Amino acid sequence: MTAGATVPAAQSRRWRESDEARGLALISPTLLYAIALLLLPVMIVILYSFWSQDYLTIDRTFTLKNYQEALFQPIYRDLFLRSLSISLVVSVTTVLMAYPIAWYISFHGGRNKNLWLFLVTIPFLTSYLLRVLSWKVILGYEGVLNTGLMASGLIHEPITSLLYNSNAVVITLVHSWVAFAILPIYVSLEKIDRSLIEAGRDLGDTALQSLIRVVLPLSLPGVISAFLIVMIPTVGDYVTPKLVGGKDGVMIATAIQVNFGRAANWPLGAALSVTTMVLVSAAAGMIVLGFRALVRSVR
Amino acid sequence: MTDEPMIRIEGLSKAYGEFLALDDVSLTIREGEFFSLLGPSGCGKTTLLRLIAGFNAPTAGTIAIDGKASTGLKANQRPTNMVFQNYAIFPHLDVAENVGYGLKRLRLSRAEEARLVQEALDMVQLPDLGRRRANELSGGQRQRVALARALVMRPKVLLLDEPLSALDKKLREEMQAELRALQQQVGITFVLVTHDQYEALALSDRVAVMFNGRIAQMDTPMQLYQHPVTRQVADFLGGMNFLDSRILDETGERLTVETERFGRLTLAKPAGFAAAGGRATVGIRPERLRVLWDDERAEHEITGTVASRAYFGETTSLAVRVEGLDAPLSIVETNNFGADGLLVGAEIRLAYDPDALVLMSDLR
Repeated sequence: MTAGATVPAAQSRRWRESDEARGLALISPTLLYAIALLLLPVMIVILYSFWSQDYLTIDRTFTLKNYQEALFQPIYRDLFLRSLSISLVVSVTTVLMAYPIAWYISFHGGRNKNLWLFLVTIPFLTSYLLRVLSWKVILGYEGVLNTGLMASGLIHEPITSLLYNSNAVVITLVHSWVAFAILPIYVSLEKIDRSLIEAGRDLGDTALQSLIRVVLPLSLPGVISAFLIVMIPTVGDYVTPKLVGGKDGVMIATAIQVNFGRAANWPLGAALSVTTMVLVSAAAGMIVLGFRALVRSVR
Repeated sequence: MTDEPMIRIEGLSKAYGEFLALDDVSLTIREGEFFSLLGPSGCGKTTLLRLIAGFNAPTAGTIAIDGKASTGLKANQRPTNMVFQNYAIFPHLDVAENVGYGLKRLRLSRAEEARLVQEALDMVQLPDLGRRRANELSGGQRQRVALARALVMRPKVLLLDEPLSALDKKLREEMQAELRALQQQVGITFVLVTHDQYEALALSDRVAVMFNGRIAQMDTPMQLYQHPVTRQVADFLGGMNFLDSRILDETGERLTVETERFGRLTLAKPAGFAAAGGRATVGIRPERLRVLWDDERAEHEITGTVASRAYFGETTSLAVRVEGLDAPLSIVETNNFGADGLLVGAEIRLAYDPDALVLMSDLR
């Protein structure tokens, strides 16, 4: 065997034993899965959004008319705005509710931190649908809340504004997502070196100042990820508005579903989906920047 | 200046459940003093420092700082500032923002604040690092930033929690000298926690040696080293040859003992001395025993055989077996007379000064 033949063989063996190769081998099942079920479908959706529906067939000539419709039709514009504002309200509320819980577990959980975290995740033991439906039972015309208030004599006839509107959607979504927000905030609070808090106190901070000047800035990564974890999926939520939203709680996902279903206009549905993705990403980016600026201002 | 000490601690105790971390400690620290708390880990020295800083509340006892009862005050209400063991540099702020952290509360003008920050950075010899991030600093630089951040507040008392333990030997020695110079320059009372006896001896005006939540001895470095009151203190502060002795006579302040090979000695009783069963422990530091060369004579001599030796460059440590003594005597010789040439098994004569022998309580 000549030297020239052994060198590539040795090289390929060396490559197969390198960290890079091992890393690729480790992630390849997940990577293939992600390409097949995430990247490809997204590409197809993007492709469809530039085509048009011609009665029962797809006209594959490039066109921007779907985007024109998605952006300028008042109905879609309203739905985009409503979806974004509902998801913003949901994310803000969720993070505001999750932060004190995460803070309590991290700073005062003592030996029971794991128990507390387990309790937080208990709602996940029931199905998502069941949790949404249970809010129907609570908020309904003859629901738990109304009958309870009637029995206590605080009201004399049921409140009808509880269910089938955007408030009901917000309440239900906040409940569904709060645990997802608690966990990243908790992790970032756990990572804060406690002597930094003491250093702040030592330099004159009151308990509140120490929260604002040390704890909050250092837990910002957790707050941002909690915010995004809640905001991104809730913009496109379909089940909750359908079940508790009524006609005032309709969000963009319903319109997308209609175009892919009964209306049978896949290109428009695709354009609406792509627009939603772009809008969510832009909103997420702006929120990240906004948080950073907010924290810089309180230093 | 009044006679009121800067820090007055009375009957201070701290219990964590069943464990008594600090057990009825009383001490006073004068204004401008460099005071060290020295002891092995778990002896309660850091607990005591944290109680002075106000991070924890004592179980019993009182603390007064600068004449003001401070027992119930939080850390932000006390005229003390701390340099933390890990330095606790805020990672989300740059060096200047770290140093200026405590000044923000004073609502100074921007220029005044910047001037004070720069002054503090100059003092710790980091004049050009203001815009650096915490994670871009070396260990020594972090230590200096932590010092500047505390000193800029002009505290009455600066608390230092093992500030040099994370540095390598050379840098640590450099920082020790700097710390001492800085303390003399600013004239602030320093309270240093350390487990390094050389650091405590080299830096401090006074040292409190702590064991098991109690102060075993509190004195100047020289007194501590030369006249330890217990065996435990003597042992912690360096090498010591312990000699078992028989008590012959006891007169008020002094004790006459009979020690094998060293003969009859009359020694001062240490504070709180308690003899056990007519026996007492006498000690002599290794460097107080000197090898006699050739036909040199001394008034007090002992003969022995070199049992083992260890070479340390500038010094050689010898273990010398002496007939009649249970343990070999350890001695330290500088190498300028040829101690590095001594071999195991060599017969040597040792000289000592009877004044170098000290009487200790037998607490281990």
